Formats: sequence, structure tokens, C-alpha cells
Amino acid sequence: MAKEILVGKASDFKEGDKKIVPNGKNSEIGVYLVHGNWYAYANLCPHQGGPACEGLLMAKVEEVIAEDKTYQGMRFNHDEMHIVCPWHGWEFDIADGQAVADRKWSLRKFEVEVRGEDVYVIA
Amino acid sequence: MELPTSDRYHSMSVDSFDTEKLLTNAARQRDARKLNEFPIFDADAHHYEGESISEIIEFIDDDILNHLARANPAIISSGRGGYQPMGGRITRYPLRKIEETPADGTHRDVHLSRRWMDAMGIDYIGLFPTGMLGIGLIPQVEVEVQYARAYMRWLTEKILPQDPRVKGYVFLPFNSPEAAYEIATEFGDKEGIVGFLITSPRYKPVHDNAYMKTYSYIEETGKPLIFHSGLNWNDPLMSVTNRFIAAHALGFTLYNVIHMCNWICNALNERFPKIPVVWTESGLAWVPWLGQRLDNDYKMRSSEIPGLKKLPSEYMGDMFYTSQPMEMPNDLSFLESTFKMINAETQLLYSSDYPHWDADMPSTIYDLPFLDEKAKRNILGGNAIRIFNLDVSDRYPNYKAA
Repeated sequence: MAKEILVGKASDFKEGDKKIVPNGKNSEIGVYLVHGNWYAYANLCPHQGGPACEGLLMAKVEEVIAEDKTYQGMRFNHDEMHIVCPWHGWEFDIADGQAVADRKWSLRKFEVEVRGEDVYVIA
Repeated sequence: MELPTSDRYHSMSVDSFDTEKLLTNAARQRDARKLNEFPIFDADAHHYEGESISEIIEFIDDDILNHLARANPAIISSGRGGYQPMGGRITRYPLRKIEETPADGTHRDVHLSRRWMDAMGIDYIGLFPTGMLGIGLIPQVEVEVQYARAYMRWLTEKILPQDPRVKGYVFLPFNSPEAAYEIATEFGDKEGIVGFLITSPRYKPVHDNAYMKTYSYIEETGKPLIFHSGLNWNDPLMSVTNRFIAAHALGFTLYNVIHMCNWICNALNERFPKIPVVWTESGLAWVPWLGQRLDNDYKMRSSEIPGLKKLPSEYMGDMFYTSQPMEMPNDLSFLESTFKMINAETQLLYSSDYPHWDADMPSTIYDLPFLDEKAKRNILGGNAIRIFNLDVSDRYPNYKAA
């Protein structure tokens, strides 16, 4: 049966903030506010079990290829933010939790509800 | 401490760092799998000896080099290119600086090792240096020799005596065959020393006659000879690559491929049949490739390597391999096939490589669906206990080999 976990006040979050909340005795959930949207994922990397949500939030890195196919460098794409697991660097798209290098793998996703000022995760 | 990120809106600031906290999920894996119920030996763990460089320099006898190193420790660095922390994505690299350890007389190096060992459920480690892995590439042989001796004195006087769970290997300054022999004999039977180390990124042929007396000595000791691989982005071949991932994936494999080829093609397995030879930090997938390649050629060109009495792949199946960085294909039947070829149940040694960026937890072995419990325990500890002749009675008084 789903349970609600109170994360905190919505006003306590600013763009890019995260909060890691306990989910029972042996697990946690990372709750993020990114580009005005709420996201929540298990703090458990599908690779080797690292605490993915304790890592950095990084913009996607893209290659810049010109029309003539020549390489022009790299740039950050801030429209796609990644959760980066601190153990090994696996990166996950904040929008859906999928591993960007191999989308067969993903972080477990949870729903977030904001009711009034309060933010809840449905676990 | 502010960690480097892609933009100012998604910054991350950290006030403190604790390895145990970072490895909370590893401790959960340890408890869920009951990893503390049997011995685990990590055959390839690392410390950052560069953090103790001022202590090591004190052990450099040569006055001139001692002065130069004190003035600028960078002269004994190897010039290996590296992007291991991935722009700070592997947070333990930058945060390591702010991790606190008690000032209780135990070396910080030992404190930090114990923290991650305990979290992962690892009982013993075989410790390798980090920066020194590339010292065989510097052009001044005398610097490698002096630094190797200083490091070994520091390791055997300051680190290993502090904790019997921490084992070490004799660093052989291989670019000088004479010095390699001297250091092997000087440190081979020191407390806590369980094997001999050749760092693989270097350009000396392992079959040179100049090394035979060192191998003979190692064989007499009964301790393993370990080739620890690495990368060298400045290698003319590797310098063609422009991404660290390529230099890493190729370099860590190819140096051991070269030395393995020379070891086999010069029949050193036949000349030194009692040396357990261990190939470290190259992963495993290269072994089936090289074995098949050499077998195929050998069947046509056996006259070129008449010292062999069986197929190259059969010698490879007699040698030992550390697991990390173990390839984890989505189709695990590929990995299972590799395990079969290397006789993993008796020849594979678990290794973490911690704290480096591509470290493997014990669960990488324990969770493999095609291994039974006995094979898991052999790979995680039993095989190492056998070839390193480890006494584990301090932690497992009733231990019996599986």
C-alpha cells in the first residue's frame, strides 16, 4: 500500500535543490525541483547500488558537429539535467530517471504531490 | 566545499565528507548478503601514496634526488594523462581532502582504508600505490629505483605494521634489473608483504635474461608475481586517441596483453612453473580474445615458440586474474563464457580498485547468477588465501578452504 512521505515546504526549495528523505529503515528517496518540475527517485543506482541522489546534478554534455560533419567541440545542454551517481558516474535523465548511456536501466521513480505548501512523495 | 558543476543553479556544497557515509549502500549490501560470514580479500586496493609524499621523500637516500624531490615532488610524477574524477562527478576525489581522521597515532592512510573495507565487508586488502603505477615511464631509471626503495621502506615501516589486515607488494623498479633483484630480496620477506609487483606501463621485455634471477628468487619465496596495468596517454599509439575513455579502456588492457604475450611466447610458465602470475586491473574480456588468437597462431607457428608444451590458452588458464574492472555485459552469458575460459572458480581473485573511479563492490561477484556459493566464496577470498598463503585465523578461526 502506497504511503505518503512529507518532504517539506515547497517554499524551502529553489531551482536545482534536492532533499533526500528516508523511505523506511534501509532506503532513501531524492526529491528534486528542476526547471520548475518536481521529481523523486530512489537513492539507489541500478549499476552497483551507489547513492545516486547524493551526487551532482549536471547538464547533459553534447557534441557540436557542423553541417559539414566536422567536430567543433562540446557544450552543456541545460535543458536536460542529469543525476550523476557519485560512485561511478552513471548519469540519469532527471525527466524520467533513465540511464542516458543505456536506457534499459533506470532509477526507480516516485510520484511527487504538492498540496498547498507541503511536498509529498508517494512511496 | 563547493563542487564543480555545469552551472550555478545546480551547484552542490558539501561541509564534510565521510567514506562510511558514502558507502552506506555498500554496508547494506554487506549485511543483506552476509558478507561478514566468510573472508574477503581485495587483491587490488589502492592508497594515494602521493598524499604522504613528504614522508616518503624522507626515505630517499640519494642526497641530490632527496633535495630535488623536497623542492618539487612533481619530479617523481610520471606524466600519465588522466581524467579519473570525470570533472568532479566522482565526488570522493575532491571531497577526500576534507575527510577527517583521528590523530591517534594510526596513519591516515590506514584509517581511510579501514573505513571502506569495513563498509564493503572486506577483511583484507592487497595495497597498490596510485601515482607510482606510471613511474616506469619516466626516463630516469635512477629516480624509479630511489623512489621504489623509499616507498617500500615507508610502506613496510609506517603502514603495514599498523594493521595486519593491510597487505603489501614489493614494488620492483623493473627498468633496472639489478635494482629490481636487490629490492625484491631486501623487502620480499618483510612483515605484511605477500607478493611482488611489476607495474605494466613500461617498455622493458619481461623475457630479458637480466630478469631471470629475480624470477628465480620470487619462485623460491612462493609468493605471486603481479602485473598491475595502467595507462599512458603519451604512448605514441595511445596518443592517437582523444578521449580518456579510449586511453583507459585500451591502455589498461594492452600493457598486460603485451607482457602476457611475452611471458607465454618465451615459455616463462615452463621455466618458472611455481610462480603464481597475477594479471591485474585489465578486466577479463581480453583473456578469451588473446587466448584464442595465440592458440590459432601457435598451431601454425609452434616452431617459433618451441618452449611450450601445451596451448597458450592453457597456460593462461593456469594463471590468475583480478576481477576489476569486470565487464558487465547486459547479456551475462558473455561473462559466463569468460569465467569458463579463465577457470574462474580457482583462478579469479576479487578486487575492488577502491577508491578509484571504476571500483567494483563485492556484490559484483556475489550477485552473479551463474556462480554457486562455493565459487563466490573462492573468488571473493578463498583463491587469494590460497595463493597469497594468508593466515585469516585472526578473523576466521575456523576457516577451512572450500
